[in-house]
Amino acid sequence: MSLFLQQIINGLTLGSIYGLVALGLTLVYGILHIPNFAHGALYMVGAFMSYFFMVDLGAHYWIAMAGSAAVVAVLAILCERLVFHPLRHSPPIHDKIAAIGILLFLEAVVQMFWGSDFRRMSSPFTGIMNFDGLIIPEQRLLIIAGAFVLVVALQLFLRKTMTGATIIAMAQSREGAFLVGIDANRVAMMTFAISGMLAAFAATLYAPINLVYPAMGHLVIMKAFVIIILGGMGSVPGAIAGGMIIGFAEALGGFYISTSYKDIIAFGLLVLILSVRPQGLFAKGAH
Amino acid sequence: MFKVASLLMTPAAKYLMLAFAILFPLVAANEYQVYVMATAFVWAIAVYGLNIITGFCGQLNLAHGGFFAIGAYTLGLLTADYGWSFWPAFLGALVMTAVLGFLVGIVSLRLKEHYFAIFTLCVGFIIYLLIDKWEELTHGAIGVRDIAAPYGFGLVDFTDTTPFYYLVLAFLVFAIWFMGRLSKSLLGRTFIAIRNGDELAQSLGINLMRNKVLAFVLSTTYAGLAGALYAGMVRFIGPEEANINHTFDMITYLLVGGIGTIMGPLLGTVGIVWITQSLQFLEEYRMIIFGPLLVLLVIFFPRGITGSFLTWMHRKSQALAPTKKRQENKVKTAQNREAESNA
Repeated sequence: MSLFLQQIINGLTLGSIYGLVALGLTLVYGILHIPNFAHGALYMVGAFMSYFFMVDLGAHYWIAMAGSAAVVAVLAILCERLVFHPLRHSPPIHDKIAAIGILLFLEAVVQMFWGSDFRRMSSPFTGIMNFDGLIIPEQRLLIIAGAFVLVVALQLFLRKTMTGATIIAMAQSREGAFLVGIDANRVAMMTFAISGMLAAFAATLYAPINLVYPAMGHLVIMKAFVIIILGGMGSVPGAIAGGMIIGFAEALGGFYISTSYKDIIAFGLLVLILSVRPQGLFAKGAH
Repeated sequence: MFKVASLLMTPAAKYLMLAFAILFPLVAANEYQVYVMATAFVWAIAVYGLNIITGFCGQLNLAHGGFFAIGAYTLGLLTADYGWSFWPAFLGALVMTAVLGFLVGIVSLRLKEHYFAIFTLCVGFIIYLLIDKWEELTHGAIGVRDIAAPYGFGLVDFTDTTPFYYLVLAFLVFAIWFMGRLSKSLLGRTFIAIRNGDELAQSLGINLMRNKVLAFVLSTTYAGLAGALYAGMVRFIGPEEANINHTFDMITYLLVGGIGTIMGPLLGTVGIVWITQSLQFLEEYRMIIFGPLLVLLVIFFPRGITGSFLTWMHRKSQALAPTKKRQENKVKTAQNREAESNA
């Protein structure tokens, strides 16, 4: 029983990380209809920035996280301004190729500075909590709590503030948003910044129980894509639900079926679901 | 300038390029250069495949590198583990990639645009994971050794670089010829109609699914052909052949050369392979240059070298045409424009 609970905790941890990354992806997709293949690179840069702030500058974990979020947010805004904005009237295939270009560039730059070694990032939360035989490392609890706080904060921002409402308005109807005088450029930049920040938070939370290396974004971004397809592209609750589904499927599948094939589970699930329902698991609903 | 350029449009230019390719081993400084050229040709064949599904049919297939690897592994495993000789295994590789392409195609092509790109990205990754983890079949990370070289029927020895170069060249010429025929055929035009608009094509009575699957199977077979040749050339393959970066490389080649054109894939592939070769220090960090290059290309020159050249030629020939011929040219212009959008 406690082994099973352990897997539940693992599933929650993985689901929280995937959910955060998928949230950023789905927000950008909802506004601009761009599948941002470079999102995984932003996640990876987020981890390396935290690593840089902590190891090279000796900053505290929280400060490193904030710094990394700021850097990645600026980077995401730059991507929007320099790449996706000029391409807004191009055929959709161009956005995808440009996003791949950004991904390749960011990876090469990080590899030039840090090499392709696997690095370990420490965190101040190394303790282990023991709940009557159920052992939970503090970092995992932090991930679950952190993801929860971020999701609630994002929801409050989107629902309760005027600026957040402009994002939702634009996702619901571009023309309608223009009609009431919403500045499309501002919304696009803000969405990219939020998406980048979420990626950096997720990377910094997850890095201490994982490794930091230039290719670390590949698997995460592909799973995030699976998640937003499952949850409906552009849907915020869908991204969170999808993240949890994939997180649990992976934790339980990895434990009960096979560890070496656990990465395939998410993709197998996607192939299965899309074969039956090409429009995704949940039809695309309102935000 | 214009006159010189218009010479490039004549069929003679193609034969000149072919003649250069045939003479290349004689003028090359050493065997290594011939080897590099042969590698470039192998990739070019795969890029032609990508051109069919992405350039003509407009579907961004991110599993292309995976099918290249399937071709290479089918040939490698059949010859190394099952004792087949090269040519039957070669056919086996083509059949395997075509069949798998068909199976993946009928599932993935029900999805549109972004969904298709993401789905094929995942398929590419599944292929990589299977090759890497299914050790009983693929030897996992150790890779496949002792792959047979093409059997020369006692006439030539394909373990030498130069004969192999000519073998690859022959396949490349066939691939380009087929591509040229395809682009002029009704089928090729059907693909372009699908790229220009799914719904419009459907309203013209085009069976979307059947044509898309056909384009997909053709493209994966091209990838399989290239993969099989690659395995026969390097004779040692590993899971890295299925790395997603190969797909990204091929997209770069295609985009630089000119997406949806006949000569684009060849120019882009050969050009970039040689640039990377001559700047050895770039090998590891080449993406620092090619990443932004990809972005700049789609923003400013989405049609690549060949496409931009064709557009320029077309504008120039319009400007030079005498006014009294305008009327007559109108018909031609319509043809040209069509040729341009086909190109």
